[in-house]
Amino acid sequence: MSTEVAPPPPAIAPAEPSTFRKALRQKRFTVGLGITVLLVLFAIFGPLLAPYGENEVTGPPYSDVGFLGTDYLGHDVLTRVMYGGQEILVIAVFGTLLGMVLGIAIGVVAAYGGGWWDEVIMRLNDVVLAFPQILLALLVLTAIEQPTAWVLIALVGISHAPRVARLARGVALGIVSRDFVIAAEALGEKRSRVILAEVLPNMNAPLLAEAGLRLTYSIALVGSLGFLGFSADPGAANWGQMIQENRLGLSTQPWGVIAPVIVIAIFCIGTNLMADGIAQVAQRGDD
Amino acid sequence: MTVTESSPKGGLVVSDLGVDLTGKDIDVVDDIDLVLKPGEVVGLVGESGSGKTTVGTSLLNYSRAGAFISSGKVLLEGRDVLGMEWQEVRKIRGEEIAYVPQDPASALNPAIRIGKQIVELLQLRNIGTSESRLQGARDGLAEVGLPSDDEFLSRYAHQLSGGQVQRVALAMAFLPKPKVLVLDEPTTGLDVTTQAMVLETMAELCRTHGVSALYVTHDLAVVANIADRVAVMYAGQIVELGPRDAMFRNPAHPYTRALLDSIPHLSQARALTGIPGRTPAPGARPSGCRFHDRCAFVVDACKESVPELRPVAAEHDVRCIRAEEIGTWDISRGTVPDADPDRPREVILSVDHLNVFYGSKQVVYDVSFDLAKAEVVALVGESGSGKTTISRSVGGLHKDWTGTITFDGDELSKSARQRDAVNRKRLQYIFQNPYLSLNPRLTIEQIVKRPMELFGIAKGKEATDRVVDLLDQVALGPRMLKYQASRLSGGERQRVAIARALAAEPDVLICDEITSALDVSVQGSIVALLEGLRQQRGISMLFVTHNLALVRSIAARVEILQAGKVVEAGSVVTVMETPREEYTRNLLSKSPRID
Repeated sequence: MSTEVAPPPPAIAPAEPSTFRKALRQKRFTVGLGITVLLVLFAIFGPLLAPYGENEVTGPPYSDVGFLGTDYLGHDVLTRVMYGGQEILVIAVFGTLLGMVLGIAIGVVAAYGGGWWDEVIMRLNDVVLAFPQILLALLVLTAIEQPTAWVLIALVGISHAPRVARLARGVALGIVSRDFVIAAEALGEKRSRVILAEVLPNMNAPLLAEAGLRLTYSIALVGSLGFLGFSADPGAANWGQMIQENRLGLSTQPWGVIAPVIVIAIFCIGTNLMADGIAQVAQRGDD
Repeated sequence: MTVTESSPKGGLVVSDLGVDLTGKDIDVVDDIDLVLKPGEVVGLVGESGSGKTTVGTSLLNYSRAGAFISSGKVLLEGRDVLGMEWQEVRKIRGEEIAYVPQDPASALNPAIRIGKQIVELLQLRNIGTSESRLQGARDGLAEVGLPSDDEFLSRYAHQLSGGQVQRVALAMAFLPKPKVLVLDEPTTGLDVTTQAMVLETMAELCRTHGVSALYVTHDLAVVANIADRVAVMYAGQIVELGPRDAMFRNPAHPYTRALLDSIPHLSQARALTGIPGRTPAPGARPSGCRFHDRCAFVVDACKESVPELRPVAAEHDVRCIRAEEIGTWDISRGTVPDADPDRPREVILSVDHLNVFYGSKQVVYDVSFDLAKAEVVALVGESGSGKTTISRSVGGLHKDWTGTITFDGDELSKSARQRDAVNRKRLQYIFQNPYLSLNPRLTIEQIVKRPMELFGIAKGKEATDRVVDLLDQVALGPRMLKYQASRLSGGERQRVAIARALAAEPDVLICDEITSALDVSVQGSIVALLEGLRQQRGISMLFVTHNLALVRSIAARVEILQAGKVVEAGSVVTVMETPREEYTRNLLSKSPRID
């Protein structure tokens, strides 16, 4: 194709497409991405399109007034579902972000530090890891009277961090021993720059996959906390809380439970498919 | 297809073999005609990407995933291996056509003892009775010169050395008494002495059993020592085929000649040259003669059609339309005087009483040597001799050492981090494997620019201009600036690594086996590049290698290392012409040579 130069330029392999590009070519990833985007849009714009107000009573409790009937207080279930996503979404996303940042920092520093650093950091990490995620959150939440959104985000993030750290350390270990990292050290680069410029950019594929997976867990975790009655605003609609509130009427008005269950499930499937797609790309990636 | 009838007993006839990529109309190898006579070793030589391994495995009717055998015949005593049912192919593999892989360590099961593996093989092939098989395994091991006692039989693969593993693989290949043997770079990665032993064993077995062997390799020097006939492959085609002596005395194809020009000799220093350009990948190969875009003798007719493989002498075929016109060739072409041993030396780096440890284990014992300005000192030894360890200690990459390293009057600290910026800048390290030493996420510009920014040599636009300059010096165009390293070939990556080292404007380069991961023609051009840098910039180099022939062409002084100690040192001419130590003599005599 290129005929402008006299000596034919040697054929250069096409540029390595980014992980995201490669993932886009995967059906699994695009479907997951599609589902997630739709649900996020649903959660964001739901309140604007809802047929009734969030706390508006539209009929007797557990009746079939409206599209999906009413809940235990007589609120419209569809409206509650449309309102109930925002809190979960915000807490799950920010919690995941916090967990990823903390976890990556811990893992990479441990791997790059090596020796004693590695031992001490990872053993402390193991201590936190020993708590089941939900237990750790419950422990704190029972001590606090009314959690704010920030407390929930911090709890979700902190409970993710040690799990992310284990993975990040594993991935980083394979990179810190490579010659280009050693070359950077031989040049006398600052340690922080070696981590940020040399190590981290080579970890993005497995970390992206982990982020997707963690987002799934976050949604489930925030949903569970809601079910157990822990949410930033007990009066506001919340998918997890809806399941808890309406479970007594499961036999008479199942939609009050099933509708939030379905949206949570679809959301989890979407993010999980995304994570899976990225993981597959990452696996095939650098050979 | 009348050739097929005359297929000699035991030999193998390959005709018109082609392998294509699945789903694309792209050939990996094409138009391969080859005859293996009984008891004959044919060397199949080519650089990476030439399709030599593909041809080798095709003889067993095997193609790797993503490729398929699209045409041709492989006739074993008149039977076409490629046309057989899979059950039959399965029986023939190993039993009549055996395969020895490049890395036998990964071919042996790490969880099964050696003896058991050989007995299992005999069981599978239905050789002997259950009582005689253990004895059979012992005999097989004895034949390749390995111990055959119970202790050895009960070892696992990881308890053997590389050479031993390779000889176990040879024993296993020979036990079913195959008629044809395909060896895929079986000695790559072995030390020269081990390599010589494996090659001897192989040649001996082939002779005594009348086995024909296809020896696939990138190393022309090895082929010169063991093959009866040589086939040279380029871009999926055999470009020259002939008896060994004719091939090395009178190579007729420009590619063969260029390859031979890029190989260093043991007997005399040479000005090595590379082949311009890069080996085309399948699908990107030029039309007409596939070598025409890199050939020094190209004419318009070369671009028009693919030349036929045609005879130029008895049994000597060439795929070149100008074979008769390009003149004669001489093996001593390109020789230059050896480095002058009496040149006055101005020492810039000296290493005194260096002892290096890994934990509590000492690996280098009391090594002292020095390096003068604009001089190349080679550290030579087999694997485990400590040569890389020494270079890493000097470069500050390994800090567990004692002794003194003095650089231009300054005593150097143990690790690069503790050294001051000036010393770090003046002493640059180039790594063995260019596939690992460049960050795949950064562009070439970022990689080469970094040392300039770090050492405050240049910034911004000025730095970019210098990067272009440097790339030009290492024979890479400015087009490369925005590429990521993953898009470059091995040779190009190593040039970038050299450019990165030069960006710091060093006085000493530490080159750790920098050509051993590269093809010979690429090695030739890298060595030419380094020699140019040494002369123009007066850079000194500490050159770590296991290749003695390369030392002759590049270095002025040499330190021969054995098990962490210097056993012999001196000027290259003295050491290589009149070696004093048995170890050095042994290394020299075991090194494969083409001169």
